[in-house]
Amino acid sequence: MSVPGGSTVRGAVRFADTFGRRLGGGTIGSVPVVLGLLAIWAVFQILNPHFLSPRNLSNLSVDIVGTGMLALGVIFVLLVGEIDLSVGSVSGLASALYAVLNVNLGMAEPPAIVLGVLCGTAVGFVHGFFTAVVGVPAFVVTLAGLLGWYGLMLFIMGTYGTINLNDQGLVAQLTNYYFSDVAAAYALAALGTAGYFLTAWRGVKRRRAAGVPTRPPAVIALRTGALAVIAFAAAYVLNRFQGLPLALLIFLVVLVVLDYVLRRTTYGRMIFALGGGVEAARRAGINVAWVRTSAFMMSSTMAAIGGLFLASRINSVSQTSVTTDLLMNAIAAAVIGGTSLFGGRGSTWSALLGVLVIQSIASGVALMDIQTAVQFMITGGVLLLAVVIDSLSHRAQRAHGRA
Amino acid sequence: MAQPSAPPLLALSGVFKRFGAVQALTDVELEIHAGEVIALVGDNGAGKSTLVKVIAGVEPADTGTVEWRGHPVHIGRPHDAQHLGIATVYQDLALCDNLDVVGNLFLGRELSRIGVLDEVEMERRTRALLATLSIRIPDVRRPVVSLSGGQRQTVAISRALLGEPRLVMLDEPTAALGIEQTAQVLDLVERLRERGLGVLLISHNLGDVKAVADWVAVLRLGRNNGFFDVTTTSQEQIVSSITGASDNAVTRRVAREGEL
Repeated sequence: MSVPGGSTVRGAVRFADTFGRRLGGGTIGSVPVVLGLLAIWAVFQILNPHFLSPRNLSNLSVDIVGTGMLALGVIFVLLVGEIDLSVGSVSGLASALYAVLNVNLGMAEPPAIVLGVLCGTAVGFVHGFFTAVVGVPAFVVTLAGLLGWYGLMLFIMGTYGTINLNDQGLVAQLTNYYFSDVAAAYALAALGTAGYFLTAWRGVKRRRAAGVPTRPPAVIALRTGALAVIAFAAAYVLNRFQGLPLALLIFLVVLVVLDYVLRRTTYGRMIFALGGGVEAARRAGINVAWVRTSAFMMSSTMAAIGGLFLASRINSVSQTSVTTDLLMNAIAAAVIGGTSLFGGRGSTWSALLGVLVIQSIASGVALMDIQTAVQFMITGGVLLLAVVIDSLSHRAQRAHGRA
Repeated sequence: MAQPSAPPLLALSGVFKRFGAVQALTDVELEIHAGEVIALVGDNGAGKSTLVKVIAGVEPADTGTVEWRGHPVHIGRPHDAQHLGIATVYQDLALCDNLDVVGNLFLGRELSRIGVLDEVEMERRTRALLATLSIRIPDVRRPVVSLSGGQRQTVAISRALLGEPRLVMLDEPTAALGIEQTAQVLDLVERLRERGLGVLLISHNLGDVKAVADWVAVLRLGRNNGFFDVTTTSQEQIVSSITGASDNAVTRRVAREGEL
């Protein structure tokens, strides 16, 4: 390695290796993004003192949910080493279906919501079938989906340009309801912290009983402490505005449940296995076609759920509610948060971190009254940086293994 | 060592396999006993890998009989072979780079209760298995992408052993390894024999073959071309059997001179 970049690459190798050992596999990516998020917040706060106000942060915590749900689904597809370009269109399709059924055809809300979400699941099955069974590259299948499902949405909407949702309906409440009782946010913070601590502690006890090395208790204490600080600070800030938003609560619950599914269940292990080596997964007896299809179904289902949150945020569904930056933001959020485009590395927490970065930039730019052009450029730059870090750590890991 | 009267672990006879216009295997036979290491050697394209795939059920034979411990069986898919107790370690190892050692060992047969992984028990068993095989891996919770070639090979072999097989097939286990790592893998092969397993070792390296194998089965152009006892056969004889050089003017001349 006599090229000038050699020492930089070796430095990156050491960097990634150290972090890899300390943080274990998939969480390498979350260190840069946390630092980046703090930097973004600091810069916008200096430029505009309203940025870190409870009102703005509370709005931010609701704004992230729609795109965040989409990003959660995208993570499943990225983990198996595929891509889904249709999530924006699918979210629009699901919300349009729900609105037409509920508002125009008078169907009760719960079945309309279920049908909207199931429509997303069905779309994912179609994508999965053509990708995993027929063997068409996911890029092309979901690009066709991007166009096709958008067309279907326009068709369903028919002559209605915009459908306004019922103000008091379930979907409208998704992003408009706040637990105004101060106790709610603190209870959630306490529950989250205690839940983490008890799970970690039970793990240590079980591992000790089985005679397997455990993580040092100091690390658990430190992590619990950090989590408590973040959770209670967030609760404090939210309570200074309108309290805990229902949307944020739902998002966090979905995130934690999906995290558990990915890291602690056989299904999650199969998802990771596909991303790490399709041939190895196939020889291990994993039904590759089914797992791949299920990832697309997860992606489209989450897109449909996200679509309902996005519709709730503006209290209407319109033909123009599907924008290309919704799709880009969802994928960018997953990648910025640290989920690898190469498959097999990532976690649901990257959806939260990534979407926080993207929405923070959008919110900061909006507060400062600059053109959206600047927002696109900044987000683009951050995405490029995230992909560079992803590529470097990918290469570093391989280089280390061969050494 | 196996009793002479015991039926062989695996006995193949009259195995034919054709890929399109290519006759890959012609009337091949092979016997493997428990507690024996059989080296399967042959030049490139001799049909070694095809034979392994036939036994592993990946590419079932067109015709031929397979007997497992004296009983005729049919191996039509990988699952059949695994069910009998045949484990295969392919040359490309087939590990998931992003999973740790524990995850790879248990891939596809994770210990779980209602779908929830029992990581603690899997790690305990992994450590126990690695300890009985005297395998040293710095951290079983590191992704295998960060392990060395030899360590990856031992992980792949341990993975095969987890199902407690009776026959292990190793496809070129030392091909990409350095001297030290090769020695570690060969040690591991000997420990498999000590545990009473049958081992089918495919190798190009006759040094490795002489070091660990009990018998050498030679394939040439898809046919059996000799079955030798390693202790009484010279390397030259094996080489000439592999290359077919035993049947040409030079060897006939040497043979004649030997008779004189």
